[in-house]
Amino acid sequence: MNRTYELMFIVRPDMTDEDLDKLISTLQSAVPSAGGSIKNVEKMGKRRLAYTVRKFHEGVYILLTVEGGGAVMHELERRLRVTEPVIKFLTVRIDEEQKRLDKIKAIRDSRKKVSAQPAAPAEDAAAAPAETPATA
Amino acid sequence: MAEETKAPAPAGSGDAPTPAPREAHVPRSDGPRFGGGDRPGGDRPRFGGGGGGRGPGGPPREGGRKFFRRKKVCKFCVEKIENINYKDYRMLGQFVAESGKIVPRRLTGVCSPHQHRLSAAIKQARNIALLPFAGRAS
Repeated sequence: MNRTYELMFIVRPDMTDEDLDKLISTLQSAVPSAGGSIKNVEKMGKRRLAYTVRKFHEGVYILLTVEGGGAVMHELERRLRVTEPVIKFLTVRIDEEQKRLDKIKAIRDSRKKVSAQPAAPAEDAAAAPAETPATA
Repeated sequence: MAEETKAPAPAGSGDAPTPAPREAHVPRSDGPRFGGGDRPGGDRPRFGGGGGGRGPGGPPREGGRKFFRRKKVCKFCVEKIENINYKDYRMLGQFVAESGKIVPRRLTGVCSPHQHRLSAAIKQARNIALLPFAGRAS
């Protein structure tokens, strides 16, 4: 089962950078054993929260892109839940949305090509039906 | 909630048989952008709503004055934005009223499929504290 997920989580703002790196690396090490792989790690930095979460008004946002089945996410979420400094997390499956976007992009690209070229294949299509009555 | 109940009231008075107040016509000239919060009363974006321009069923207007309402267009269709993502909270913030509510598409002009994705994205952003559930982002 190959799915792509985005896992965004918020850690408390008073955490040191070393602790944060340690936390991320432990999460990273947990993924391959569950049968997945981490595609990307992005630290989005400290940001003010839109509402108070566990009495914190700001937090450090981290975004992981993970590939793998549901078991991987289950394990990651379990770990996040028991990790004290993590105050909030959100998992979003993105592969289907990405597929849809790719499809739209492909359609748009093909339209561009058609409009750029003069309609050569249309002439072939018009010639083909004209031949069939003659042979019959 | 108080603003919510207050907001439609002046709109209703604008619809009364007496000619609509002059100021109802003025702010609509600047197109379908909605700046949240520059209007003191209520959190509704200014475009749409209002109740100034009635259709054919409305009371006849004084002096045959033509009222021009710009056609609302879907921002996502026009700018060809397909990727409506919860991480893009600045963009999503345009479609959230000051109270934190999702602005209905009759006010924003967003088309149905895009409003669907938009509201889903706003709800995801709320869950990860990028947007508020209620009230101004603190």
